[in-house]
Order: sequence, then structure tokens, then C-alpha cells
Amino acid sequence: MKMTRKEFLQLLALSAAGAGAGGLGLAAAEQQQPAPAKAGSVRCGMVIDFRKCRWDSGCESCLNACRTAHNIPNIPDEAHAVRWVWKEHYENIFPFEQSDFTREQYEKHPLDVLCNHCAQPACVRVCPTAATWKREDGVVMMDWHRCIGCRYCMAACPYGSRSFNWSDPRPYIQNPTASFPTRMKGVVEKCNFCEERLAQGNPPACCAACPEKALTFGNLNDEHSAVRQLLRERYALQRKPELGTSPSIFYLV
Amino acid sequence: MRDRPLIFAGLALFVALATYPVWHAVAAHSTAAAPDVPLPKQAKTCVAPLEYMRTSHMKLLIDWRENKVRNGVLDYTAYNGQHYRVSLSQTCLGQCHASKQEFCDRCHTYAAVETAAQPVGLVCFDCHTTPREVAAGRLP
Repeated sequence: MKMTRKEFLQLLALSAAGAGAGGLGLAAAEQQQPAPAKAGSVRCGMVIDFRKCRWDSGCESCLNACRTAHNIPNIPDEAHAVRWVWKEHYENIFPFEQSDFTREQYEKHPLDVLCNHCAQPACVRVCPTAATWKREDGVVMMDWHRCIGCRYCMAACPYGSRSFNWSDPRPYIQNPTASFPTRMKGVVEKCNFCEERLAQGNPPACCAACPEKALTFGNLNDEHSAVRQLLRERYALQRKPELGTSPSIFYLV
Repeated sequence: MRDRPLIFAGLALFVALATYPVWHAVAAHSTAAAPDVPLPKQAKTCVAPLEYMRTSHMKLLIDWRENKVRNGVLDYTAYNGQHYRVSLSQTCLGQCHASKQEFCDRCHTYAAVETAAQPVGLVCFDCHTTPREVAAGRLP
């Protein structure tokens, strides 16, 4: 078959248009959101009460309970520190939730921040080894056996809730607890919502340790639970709700 | 016959080199006998038959691990119907084999699972603690 110059150019243009359209279609498919996670009957969540926290008296019961329960190393170097739950100032937790006069009241007010156990967790989507995943009860779990230390999850988490073990954490663990393992160099770790305590029917260690009961744990899907009761009565904030991660930690203001 | 000293020197050298492993082993006091692994006094049965544990304890531990971490299964029903809590530190080491050095390490060293030249053969105890270490307040 002999092809004229004109026919050849027409064919070329048609192919280019076809390939372009195909590419656009692919890009559109990639942009589609994943199906929302299957809503189970249980969604673990926590409500933190601004008013009840006795931070001004130097109380760190919640932080110490977590450190002890999970063998969290006390690394003096801030850049290498490992944190599951820690105190952050109001203006850093909610940078867009302050006006001229609320700032006066809340400025420098430290509050607990921890893994938000999001309903749509970004960390789970990016983990290449499924070392972090969402359990049916809403807890975002980690399997340290599988973690390869790529730190994608740390980049994905909008709350900075994850820490990386840059060195062997064991020299920094003062009084080890027998019932929980330590971690090793090269893995990421974060709050596990005390899944080892949940398995025995106990609330997370931070909730149990708070002398003022400022932290309340419960099932967000159960409208009769203590957390839902609190959320009905008071105005509550979530961290960065506009990102669509749907955090399960609520702050009563 | 002028080469006799050379031939005998060569033979002596050959014998010395060929038997070197024997002398080395004698000097290092190594033995071919299986390691002496002390068995717990209070427990008479393990979570699986002895032969299975000898050959496949690593498979059992991985099954425990996957089931506990991924599926939340905390209870293990043994071959004889007995129930055990799924935990390396609390059950295996906590109830029976208190000394990792005398139990785990002796066999692993003998079988060269983990040696000085290849220290990353086994990583369980990089994270999992033994009750003795915790009681001493110092983790290795």
C-alpha cells in the first residue's frame, strides 16, 4: 500500500490525539478518590477537655503513663526524639482557630497531641509494605516487624504524629516494662491507642492516668457512649478537618 | 636421593596443613557434641511436641506473630488442648526459658544461626525483651 504524504500526516495527527485522550482518561482515573473505609460498628476515639487539663500544676501523668507502658526512649536530642503523646501549645495545634481575644486565654496552653487514628488515614495509603493499617475498630495499627523504615508515612501524616528511630532506642529506656517490646533502629513508631490494653478491656494508659479525667476514650459510633455524650454537650475541634482525614481525636474548648 | 630432605619437608608441610582444622579445633576446645540446653524444671510439655519445636519453632513463632499482630489472636490452643497466651517474652521466656543465653543462644550459636561474623541472622531480641533483662533494669 502506498501512502501519500498528506495521508501519513493525517494518520500521525489522529494517533497523537488518540494517545493524548487516553492519557487524560488515565489521569482522571487516578484522581478518583478511593472508596470510603467500611464503617464498622466500632470507631475508637478520644475526647480531650481543655478545661480539665491541669498542665499549669506541672502534671504530666498522661505522658509518663504512656512512656512507661510502651518503653518509649527518652532521647535528649530533639531531632531524634520519639513521641507517642506529647504537649503542644494551642496556637500550634489550631493555628486557624484563634481570634484576638481567644488567643489571650489559650496562648501557651499546652494540650495532648497524639496519633489521630483518622478514619481516612494518609499514612495507611502510602505504606508500601502494609506495615501500618486500619483495624476494624478504627485503630491505626503498626506492625514493626514489617516496617522497612522508608518514612513515607511520616511524610504523609499531616499531624507529625510519627517518630523514626534514628539509633538504637534501648540505651535511652530507663525503666523497661516487661509486657511491651522495645523498637529497633530503623523503624517508625507512633501511638497505638494502647491496643494491648484495649484487648483486655481497659482504656488507653493516658486516659486511665489522668487525675482530672480530662481524657475520655470511647466508641464514636455508639451514640450512647461517653465520648458522644461529651461531643453533644460541648463544642469540639478536630485537627485540620479540611484535609479530609477525619481524625478520631476531639478537643473540647 | 639428593632430594630426600626436600621431599620429607614437603610431606611434613602437607600433613600439617591437611590436619590444621583438627589442631585448631583442639586448641579452641570446640566439640562436635550437641549443645547442652537446660530444660525448664517446672513444665513438662511445650506448646508443641519436642520434635516439632526443634525443627519448626521459627514457623510457630511467625504464625503467632502474624495472628497476634494482624488478627488480634491472643490465645493459642496447643496440640494437647492446653491454652497459652501468645507472647514470646511473657510465655516462652517468662514461664519456661528464663535465660535466653542458656536456651536460645546456645543452639543458635551451635547452628551458626547468628555468629559474630553475621550478627543480623536473628532480630527477635532487638525488640523483644527477656524478663531477666527487664528485672535487671538494663536492656542489652
